[in-house]
Amino acid sequence: MSAQPAKRITDIGPPHYEKFLPPIIKKNYGKWLYHERIAPGVFVHVAESGDRVWTVRAGSPRLLSVQTLRQIAALADKYSGGHLRFTSRNNVEFLLDNPDNIEPLKRELQEMGFPVGGTNNAISNVVHTQGWVHCHSAATDASGIVKCVMDALYDHFTSESLPAKLRVALACCLNMCGAVHCSDIAILGVHRRPPKIHHDALRKMCEVPTLIASCPTGAIRPATVDGRQSVEVIEAQCMYCGNCYTVCPAMPLNNPDTDGLSIWVGGKVSNARTAPKFSKLAIPFLPNNPPRWPEVVDAVVNIVNVYAANARKYERMGEWIERIGWPRFFELTGIPFTRYHIDDFKHAGLTYARSTHIRM
Amino acid sequence: MAVAEKIDTPLLDELEKGPWPSFVTEIKKARQTSPMCDDLLGQLELSYREKIGHWKHGGIVGVLGYGGGVIGRYSDVPEKFPRVAHFHTMRINQPAGWFYTSDALRTLCDIWERHGSGLTNMHGSTGDIIFLGTRTEELEPCFQELTANGFDLGGSGSSMRTPSACVGPARCEWACYDTLKLCYDLTMTYQDELHRPPFPYKFKIKCAGCPNDCVASIARADLSIIGTWKDDIQQDDDAVAAYAAEGVNIQKDVVDRCPTRCMEWDGAKLTINNRECVRCMHCINVMPKALRPGKERGATILIGAKAPIVQGALLSSVLIPFVPEEELEETVKELINRVWEFWDEHGMNRERIGELIQRVGMANFLDAIGLEPVPEMVSAPRDNPYIFFRTDEEQA
Repeated sequence: MSAQPAKRITDIGPPHYEKFLPPIIKKNYGKWLYHERIAPGVFVHVAESGDRVWTVRAGSPRLLSVQTLRQIAALADKYSGGHLRFTSRNNVEFLLDNPDNIEPLKRELQEMGFPVGGTNNAISNVVHTQGWVHCHSAATDASGIVKCVMDALYDHFTSESLPAKLRVALACCLNMCGAVHCSDIAILGVHRRPPKIHHDALRKMCEVPTLIASCPTGAIRPATVDGRQSVEVIEAQCMYCGNCYTVCPAMPLNNPDTDGLSIWVGGKVSNARTAPKFSKLAIPFLPNNPPRWPEVVDAVVNIVNVYAANARKYERMGEWIERIGWPRFFELTGIPFTRYHIDDFKHAGLTYARSTHIRM
Repeated sequence: MAVAEKIDTPLLDELEKGPWPSFVTEIKKARQTSPMCDDLLGQLELSYREKIGHWKHGGIVGVLGYGGGVIGRYSDVPEKFPRVAHFHTMRINQPAGWFYTSDALRTLCDIWERHGSGLTNMHGSTGDIIFLGTRTEELEPCFQELTANGFDLGGSGSSMRTPSACVGPARCEWACYDTLKLCYDLTMTYQDELHRPPFPYKFKIKCAGCPNDCVASIARADLSIIGTWKDDIQQDDDAVAAYAAEGVNIQKDVVDRCPTRCMEWDGAKLTINNRECVRCMHCINVMPKALRPGKERGATILIGAKAPIVQGALLSSVLIPFVPEEELEETVKELINRVWEFWDEHGMNRERIGELIQRVGMANFLDAIGLEPVPEMVSAPRDNPYIFFRTDEEQA
C-alpha cells in the first residue's frame, strides 16, 4: 500500500511577521516615543511604557553562507532572545532588552569580522547587485568592488564623522537591479560597444518584432543576413543599455576590453530638507581592474574626502553640490568635465544651465 | 570517488584581505558542505582573470504552477565547472520588516544546505531572501520544503514583486502607519499576481513609514506608500530646550535648514508655523526627543518609480497627497486594481507603469483611474501652451 502523497502547498506567502517579533517589540508595537544614539552602530528606542530596546547594527557582505547565518543565529540566541532582523541595506540588527549585552555582542561580532556601525552620519552598508557571481549581463563584478571600496571606507562605517549620512550603491550594468540611481555615490558598470549579433542563434532564440521594439532609440531594424531574416544595429544610435540583450540572448554586449565603471553622485531618497533626487554623472568611465579595482576605490575615496572636508553639517552630497555648484564640485575633486557629462537623452535640456548664475 | 581538487584562486584570495567582511570567505565557508562552491570559485576566478562573466542568459525554469520566483542560470563553461552547470536562484518572500527568529533562520539554512549551494543573499535588492545556486531537479523539492515550513517564493519576470516595508511601528516612533501590516496584507492579497506573471512588466510596492523613506520607495517602487501626517508636529518645549542646552545649535542646525523656513527660535522657544511645514522630517530627525510627527497620521501615495531600463529612470510622483491611516489599505487596493486595469489595457510589452504614464500623459491616466487633478501632483503647472483641449468642454 503506497503512502498518500502529501498535499502540495502553494500561495501561502511569507510567514506572518508577528511570529518573529521579539516580546519587547510586540509589547510596545506602535508605542515608541523617541530614540537616542549611544555609539556608532548602537542606538536605543524608548517606549511610552518606559521600556527600552537597544539595537546593535553590524555590516555584512550580503552574500552569506549558511555557516555564517547559523553563527548569526547563535549570537541572537545568546544576546537577543533568539530574535534578529536585517535592514534594507544588508546590515544585521540585534534587538536587546538588556544593555549589558551590548559590549559582549559587539566583541563577538568584531571577532567574527562583522563591523558594528552604519548609523547616523556614517557610510552605511552598500546596496549592490550580483555581478560575476550570478549575472549574465554584468559589465563588472559587484561584490568584489564593494569589498574593496568598503575596505577603504571602513572607518566611515564604524564612526559617524561625516557631515551627513552617505549612501553608496553599486549596480553592475544599466539594468540597475540595485536601483542605484538615487545614491550619494553610485558605482555603475557600463558597456561601451554595441551588441554583437549572433545571427544563427537569433533565428532560433529570439522574436524579431519584440527585439526591435526593445530598443529605446530605435537602433535595431530588420535585415536579411545570408538570405534569412535577422536584424542589424545602427551603431551610432546605440547607447549600450542592454535592453536588446535582455529580450534576446543572441545580442550579447559584454566585452572585457571595453566594459568598465562610471561614478554618479548627489542622489538621495529621503525627503529631509530637500526633495529626493537622482545621482548625476561624475566620472563617465574607469577601467575594470580586478581583483582590487584601485581606480574605482581612489575615485570614491577622493569624492568622500572632498565632501567631508567641504560640506556643512547635515548637508548630503547632493545638497552640498547644489550649494557650491557643479563647476566647483569638478574643481574641488579634480575630476575632468567632458562632453559625456552633458545629457543627450530625453528631456536633456532640463539639465542645461538656463541662467547667468555663474560663479566666476 | 576522488576528493575534488582545491581550485587555485589567487585573484579572489586578494579579496580576503582588508577589514570589511569578505564574500570570498563566505563562498569558501560554504564549500565545507557544497562542492558547487568549489566550481563557483573556479568560474569566478576565471571571470576575474578574463574580465567577463561566465553565466549564460536566463532559461525558463521554475516550480510547478508558478511563473516566477526562480531565475534560471547556466554556466557557459560547464565542461570546466560541471558543478555549476546549473546555478539557479530562488527568490523567497521575506517576512515584513526582515524580522526573524534564530530558529526560522536555521530552518532556512537547513533547507538550502539540502537543496542548494548554501549561499544566500540577506537580502536581494527588492527585499526577497535569495537562495543563490541550485540545480533544476532541486527546485521543486526545495520549494516543497519551503512551503511545508511556511515560506513561499517571490516574484520575477512580469509579475508583482514581494512588497517590502521599513521597520515601521515595530521599532520606530516615526511610523505614520503600520508598514508591516500593509506590506503583509498586500503580499497575501496578490499571491496570484506574485506567482503567475500577468503584467506587461514588473510591479513593485514599497511601504515607508515616514518621509525619510528607509526602503527607498520613491526611487524604487512603482507604487510608493510613504507615511506622513496632517496635523501639527508634536512638540515638547522642555526637550527642545534640553537639546539647546546640550549644544544643538537650534538656529543653525534646525531653523536655517528648514526648507520652508516655517520655524523661529528666540533662544528659548521654538515656534513652528505648521501650515507651512512640508513634513520633510529634518527638524524631527535632529531632535527626536523633542519633536514627533503629528497624531493625525496616514500616507502619501506616489506612482511610477523605476530604474533606467527601458525609457530612463523615474522617481515616483504624487497621486494622492494624503490618505488617513484607517482608510489606507482599502484605498491602496482600490487604486491598485484601477491602475492594473489601465496598465493591462494600454501598457506595451516591458513598459512599466511610470513609463506608460509618461507616454499617455498624467491627465489621461488620472481620467482613466478616476482621480481628480490636484496641484500637489505637480512641482509647477505646465509651461508650454500646447494644450489638448477636449471638445466636450468647449461649451462650458
